[in-house]
Amino acid sequence: MQPTPKQRLWMYEMMVKNRYNEARLSATYMEGKSPLFNMANGPLPGEMHLSDGQEPCAVGLGAHLTKDDYFACHHRSHAQALAKGVDLKRMTAEILGRKAGLSEGRAGHIHIFDYEVLFWSSGIIGQNMGPAVGAALARKMRGEAGIAIACIGEGGANQGGFHEAMNLAAVWKLPFICVIEDNQWAVSVPKSKSTAIASNADRAAAYGMPGERVISNDPDDIFAAVGRAVARARAGEGPSLLELQTVRLQGHFMGDPEVYRPKAEIAAKPEMDPIPRYRRKLIAAGVMTEIEADAIVARAHAEVDEAFAFARAAAEPAPEDAFDKVFV
Amino acid sequence: MSVVEATAVKPAQKNRNERKLTIAKALNEAIAQEMRRDKNVFLMGEDIGILGAVWGYTGGLLAEFGEERVRDTPISETAFIGAAVGAANLGMRPIVELMFVDFYGVCMDAIYNLAAKSSYHSAGTFKAPMVLTTAVGGGYCDSTQHSQCLYATFAHLPGMKVVMPSNAYDAKGMMTSAIRDDNPVVFMMHKNLQGMGFLGTIQGAIVDVPEDSYTVPLGKANVVRDGTDVTIVGLGMTVHQGLEAAKTLEKEGVSAEVVDLRSLAPLDRDTVCRSVQKTGRLIVVDDDYLSYGVTAEIIATVTERDIKSLKCPPKRIAFPDIPIPFARPMEQHCLPNVRKIVAAARAMM
Ligand SMILES: Cc1ncc(C[n+]2csc(CCOP(=O)(O)OP(=O)(O)O)c2C)c(N)n1
Ligand SMILES: [Mg+2]
Repeated sequence: MQPTPKQRLWMYEMMVKNRYNEARLSATYMEGKSPLFNMANGPLPGEMHLSDGQEPCAVGLGAHLTKDDYFACHHRSHAQALAKGVDLKRMTAEILGRKAGLSEGRAGHIHIFDYEVLFWSSGIIGQNMGPAVGAALARKMRGEAGIAIACIGEGGANQGGFHEAMNLAAVWKLPFICVIEDNQWAVSVPKSKSTAIASNADRAAAYGMPGERVISNDPDDIFAAVGRAVARARAGEGPSLLELQTVRLQGHFMGDPEVYRPKAEIAAKPEMDPIPRYRRKLIAAGVMTEIEADAIVARAHAEVDEAFAFARAAAEPAPEDAFDKVFV
Repeated sequence: MSVVEATAVKPAQKNRNERKLTIAKALNEAIAQEMRRDKNVFLMGEDIGILGAVWGYTGGLLAEFGEERVRDTPISETAFIGAAVGAANLGMRPIVELMFVDFYGVCMDAIYNLAAKSSYHSAGTFKAPMVLTTAVGGGYCDSTQHSQCLYATFAHLPGMKVVMPSNAYDAKGMMTSAIRDDNPVVFMMHKNLQGMGFLGTIQGAIVDVPEDSYTVPLGKANVVRDGTDVTIVGLGMTVHQGLEAAKTLEKEGVSAEVVDLRSLAPLDRDTVCRSVQKTGRLIVVDDDYLSYGVTAEIIATVTERDIKSLKCPPKRIAFPDIPIPFARPMEQHCLPNVRKIVAAARAMM
């Protein structure tokens, strides 16, 4: 299954938008944190996990999803959120801890929740799997359209919750897709030290579902693989497992000096960047011209800038707001 | 009086220069010394090898002791904490790291049903000498799943010790005791005291630490400031808030005694009651959730033992019974702080 030119342009735009959004978040995060870096300071305190480099996974998925599909993500979820259609202004406001944010400032960047497009995320590794399987169960029991997706890192795939959820999805033949984003690192631990097999797609056989691994970090290849899994899920044929090899261009979180990462790998980051590569590919294929590409970039940047302007102008929550929404 | 001056059981140390360490460095030293002393001591957990642990206390151990004894694990907590129980049963003394206390939910069974009950339901035959380390506390906007303390959650479950140092001296001595203890010990590290480059550190936690190995007993509270008018009980971070509050109160002519619990299980009820008998007033400060927690346990102990020792109703200051919000104005509003302690003390006088 190949993406249409329109879908390819959309994927390019979403990748560019995410990358610029990460750059602006990163700059905002550093405000108030120098000369002494302290996570607690500045307009954007707390932890910050950036998704630079992993955009192809997000857009290859997002291109197939509707707002009725439940998407359970993890701690590194900005790219997926954008690709799922999460409201960028309210997401940015949430990340900056504003009352106008998706969760009114209660959640922050690790917990992006947008009910409008059924986007969900959690910071406890592996534990987003169960809810996604349950969402797929609800769709099936209620006879509704819509499938469920869980995104998990290759590190997270070794968490107990992963295995339990995979078997449950398979034995109940649920409309579920598990996407492992294999950026080869779990904080400082390389995949080779945490996982006894090279490809987690091989695990699919043990759960009784199809498994596929895509190694190119190319949006078109990912689009094709996701398309097969989505078609299966929508047709009621059961779950699938995909492992997408990708790259973490930043540290695990902001402030991580990556002392554990081989120097050569750090040096090779620019070559591993999937966005310039995809741009060249689309131009070479005649899908867009340089000028059209620049226009896409400008549009994406403008949208992000607008979201930041909105978020920065938005009010902070009142201290007492902390007590609302504990129960519905 | 500084924290270290008041610390009990100092080993005899002659001709040594003062050496101020962070809690992270002090823990590192204790673990290294115990690993040299006993080859059964080993470390496992996420990012403890080349990274030196997210909370900075295992640096250099991989280089000294090698991958066999310093094991980075997959993100498989149920497996490696369960494995620690089995290894401990057969004579090893694992130190197991799990970054944030919030993450223990995924592997709680290995802790409270396996480690904590190992001795009891085997009539003391299957010992589980293991140390579970983890970081607690918020105040830096890390939101609902990375800011909790959960002291009471662990201390409620019988069969394991639950401790947390408030300064580097105690950290080294308590870690040494924890490693040598034949029981499972949950060893908590408060993020605001740890001494990390990426987070602020309360300066009172960075104190003189002797080079030589020594122990600080688990289960003994420490009176870190003497006073006569009110007892402020805390642990970890809240000890330092109590000390700050005491300074302010002193200027107002109120003499506050500050008790550092250091250990929640076992709990040193005697030291707390003795202090309240002297001062007649009690404030308990806790950055864990309010209800069913440390504050209630301390106050229940005092009222049960000697309600007449109290001149006025005791006061608890703790995190309200809500998840920890991300945005700074909301989180700061909910956390205990010096101002709240001072106000509570004033209201009692
Ligand atoms: C249950 C649990 N254990 C540990 C952590 C700490 N932690 C946060 S992210 C992370 C690494 C995750 O690696 P991976 O799943 O590969 O995702 P990536 O960060 O590479 O995107 C770890 C260990 C956690 N959040 N939850
Ligand atoms: Mg990873």
